Amino acid sequence: MSKPKGRLAAYNRRVRYLLSTPYVLWSIGFIVLPLFMILYYGMTSHDGGGFTFENLKLIWSPTNRSTLILSIQLSVISTALCLLIAYPLALALRALRLKSNGFVILLFMLPMWMNFLLRTIAWQNILEKNGIINTVLGAIGLPKLNIINTPTAIVLGMVYDFLPFMIIPIYNVLSKIDDNVIQAASDLGANYFQILFRVILPLSKPGVISGLTMVFVPSLTTFVISDILGGGKVLLIGKVIEQKFKMTNDWNAGCGLSLVLMVFIFICMAVVQKYDKDAEGTGVW
Amino acid sequence: MKKCFWIGVLLGVVFLCAGCKKEYANGEVVVFNWGEYIDEDVIKMFEEEYDIEVVYDEFTENEDMYPLINIGEVNYDVVCPSDYMVSRMIQEGLLAELNYDNIPNIKNIDPEYLKSAEEFDPGNRYAVPYCWGTVGILYNKTMVDEEITSWSAIFDEKYSQNILMIDSVRDGMGIALKYLGYSMNTDKESELEEAKQLLIKQRPLVQGYFVDEVRNKMIGEEAAIGVIYSGEAIYTQRENENLVYVVPEEGSNVWIDGWVIPKNAKNKENAEKWINFMCREDIALMNFEEITYSTPNKAARELIEDEDIKNSKVAFPDAETLQRCEAFRYLESGVEELYMEKWNEMKAMQN
Repeated sequence: MSKPKGRLAAYNRRVRYLLSTPYVLWSIGFIVLPLFMILYYGMTSHDGGGFTFENLKLIWSPTNRSTLILSIQLSVISTALCLLIAYPLALALRALRLKSNGFVILLFMLPMWMNFLLRTIAWQNILEKNGIINTVLGAIGLPKLNIINTPTAIVLGMVYDFLPFMIIPIYNVLSKIDDNVIQAASDLGANYFQILFRVILPLSKPGVISGLTMVFVPSLTTFVISDILGGGKVLLIGKVIEQKFKMTNDWNAGCGLSLVLMVFIFICMAVVQKYDKDAEGTGVW
Repeated sequence: MKKCFWIGVLLGVVFLCAGCKKEYANGEVVVFNWGEYIDEDVIKMFEEEYDIEVVYDEFTENEDMYPLINIGEVNYDVVCPSDYMVSRMIQEGLLAELNYDNIPNIKNIDPEYLKSAEEFDPGNRYAVPYCWGTVGILYNKTMVDEEITSWSAIFDEKYSQNILMIDSVRDGMGIALKYLGYSMNTDKESELEEAKQLLIKQRPLVQGYFVDEVRNKMIGEEAAIGVIYSGEAIYTQRENENLVYVVPEEGSNVWIDGWVIPKNAKNKENAEKWINFMCREDIALMNFEEITYSTPNKAARELIEDEDIKNSKVAFPDAETLQRCEAFRYLESGVEELYMEKWNEMKAMQN
């Protein structure tokens, strides 16, 4: 009995090694090594290369601190808005589950297949002073909406661009909750709200957490959305880092600031790790 | 058997593809130019006339191009950076000296511009001017009730939310410095601080900070006043006749983009042929008509048929205007960062 089992294990192991080798090599070359390079650059000085914490301390300069705080504020707001929009929607999708769900999900995925830059530029045209919204408002005699080039426009752009990353993981988790669980709850006398808050919500926690990270991380680091919808008037930390690389050619400072940002992201991941242990298949695909 | 068949098919396809590709007798030249900065027919004409294959690559900012040349991973043969970047590359020894025996068409270039180019390339040893222009104010005469002649307009509360400011450290800080009466290449911190304070006061008045978008926003009458490069101004005037371009009386930036050959170029002679071709009057004219940036090519300017354009003050400002203007110089790295710092401090304000 034990012999075939041992052979199977060996076979499994061989398959595992064989198939995972390319991925491991890829991860080392394109994920682990670059991370170490960032660490190296971030911890050495620009002129000459001794070990230093100066690049990390840059975050405490008044400019960088206020951009970081603004970035955190905006990304927290957008993440919260995404959650508020996505959760009820995912619940609705779950309720629709029968035949139509493939199509409805497709509707939310479809825009993601188009370049997000293009979609953000479209928003620029919609929100502009003489843009689509204001033309319509003007035509029916309503006051104009002035949100282009403000933080509001950036939040709108972030929510629009990253919403699918919130919907999909939540929907995935919700659709895996067995109907029998809900029936059992209602048989035991729970009303709709009790079912929602004491059964569905706790069960969907892993999806929510993974959605939160997937929205929070890109919105914290984005600089493209703030460029396009903020009209250069709203400076976010991502943009400061971009400038370090492109304009002043100071990779060390850029890497130092990136490291600080990564700390925030690691905190995020740690929280996810804690809750996400037993959740599988909560990714986008 | 089946396998052999497919390998055969594959090889056939490969050979076919190789066959499609034209053979060029005189090798290749790898060109690195700004985006939308040439008439593409010119490239084909060059390939046919010289039997040299052109590998054409584009960049959007000097700062994007610089690291690629500096690292030297790709061997570009001929590149088109701006003045201050040329001087930086000269200082860092990244450029090869030009052999003017291979560039007889240099005679078409107005000596006036060769002289201006000496400011960043003493002796004209490394760069041949390709395009040039100024930075100025573009305004919509139906949306303002005065003739704008001074930078004061972009700091005027009257035009609150109707101003498009340029989103570029050197240009933005430079304008403020010029308005205050300082040099655009200053390295005095007190002057930079003063410029920053001025820009902070301006911040609530501007609609936003842009570079490429100014063109379309001004055509679409999104704002009354915008800061723009002269080459873009001619294009916008074609699309919206209410737009007027001025170089403010306090003076402004005049810039020149020039062809240079990096030291590690593999096809230096072909690169010189390319530069020579770009200086030919008919080619310079084709480029001018396509991209509307002013050409330093005197012979080409003579060929312009449209009198309005030929004598346009926007495309070819008079000597008196140019005298007020200043070219950017490459600043020592510490100073360059100071500009950036001040600009960012202004940008990070939330007023």
